[in-house]
Amino acid sequence: MRLSGRNLRCLRGGREVFAGLDFDAAAGEAVAVVGPNGAGKTSLLRLIADLLVPAAGIITLEGGDSEMTLAEQAHYLGHRDAMKPALTVTENLTFWAEFLGGTPADPAACIAAVGLSHAAGLPAGFLSAGQRRRLSIARLLTVRRPIWLLDEPTAALDLASQRVFAGLMTDHLATGGLIIAATHGPLGIPARELRIGGEA
Amino acid sequence: MSALGALIRRDIRIAVRVGGGALIGVLFFLTVVVLMPFALGPDLALLARLGPAILWLGALLASLLTLDRLFTADHDDGSLDLILMSRTPLELACAAKALAHWLAAGVPLIVATPVLGLLLNLDGPATLAVAVTLLAGTPALTFTGMIGAALAVTLQRGGLLLAVLVLPLSIPVLIFGVAASNAAIAAPEGGMSFSTPFSILCALSLASLVIGPFAAAASLRHGLD
Repeated sequence: MRLSGRNLRCLRGGREVFAGLDFDAAAGEAVAVVGPNGAGKTSLLRLIADLLVPAAGIITLEGGDSEMTLAEQAHYLGHRDAMKPALTVTENLTFWAEFLGGTPADPAACIAAVGLSHAAGLPAGFLSAGQRRRLSIARLLTVRRPIWLLDEPTAALDLASQRVFAGLMTDHLATGGLIIAATHGPLGIPARELRIGGEA
Repeated sequence: MSALGALIRRDIRIAVRVGGGALIGVLFFLTVVVLMPFALGPDLALLARLGPAILWLGALLASLLTLDRLFTADHDDGSLDLILMSRTPLELACAAKALAHWLAAGVPLIVATPVLGLLLNLDGPATLAVAVTLLAGTPALTFTGMIGAALAVTLQRGGLLLAVLVLPLSIPVLIFGVAASNAAIAAPEGGMSFSTPFSILCALSLASLVIGPFAAAASLRHGLD
């Protein structure tokens, strides 16, 4: 499986964010998108997720499931965690497992994998920022999707959680997954750097 | 289909929890209708004559009150991104969300109608007529309101814009809803038959069931940012 973008140009609100951007990522590989604030790291992830339309250029996926679009084979972990404060941790995760379809993993096991078992019955609104982040990471595990698009995945995570998350990412890469992560800090796994917009 | 079922169950569950919209609509409906007799005075005949119109206005405004959160809540917490990316067609997801909203916020209005009919001096058959027309007409309010909710999704405080966008579309529903209720009440003395405005009301609901999800999905896609 190979994900590539050619000559991508992105406009936000009439202003050019980046132009002429090329990238490649193969199965089993992690790409760390780095660059200063406002360089377009999030925009690139949203272009790949089909949440933004490129002003020019093309994104192609070779060797994926031909029945599904690129977005349907990707998990997007954005700034916002897509969890409802009124629902419990388990209810939130069960919903996404059912909604995203495919063959969902056991939500309880996913919650345990990110170390939130003790809070499983708690409404998500009571979680701390780091715990909410871990809950979003658990969503990546509920349904198997080969492409992970991660926006600042380690933000708000403590060191122990960062190590756990690095382990989860390593497992994902080992099973033929592909990770594109926008980040300022170290990801904790070997990753190829894709720099946008000069030195930070 | 299980994805749509999951979406409907989640939205209903959120609506009935603390801070959800289900009870707010009913409470607003209750407030408007309870205040009306005090404003109009103790003229029982007048109250009975205006009753269907008051109930319909109350239901219309109550359903508008909670509609603006239909997509905004999902947009604010990022759920909408994942819904857009999912394999479920956006049109069906919109229809499922509107159905959940109607079940959680529309049905309680209909259930409350008999109680509120007492306050407006409506007799049994009249109350039943209003409840039946609300049952047939409130889906139209929800499904046309959804279009406005989708257009206003990226705006903070889009509630007022929603009202401006949606109220003109709701006018036909209001006209035929009240006309059908009045026809049912006045039927023994002759006049227009109940079935004519009621059929048009049902037609409005059915048309909005089809048009609403497509229009809402189109405006959500267009509003991507």
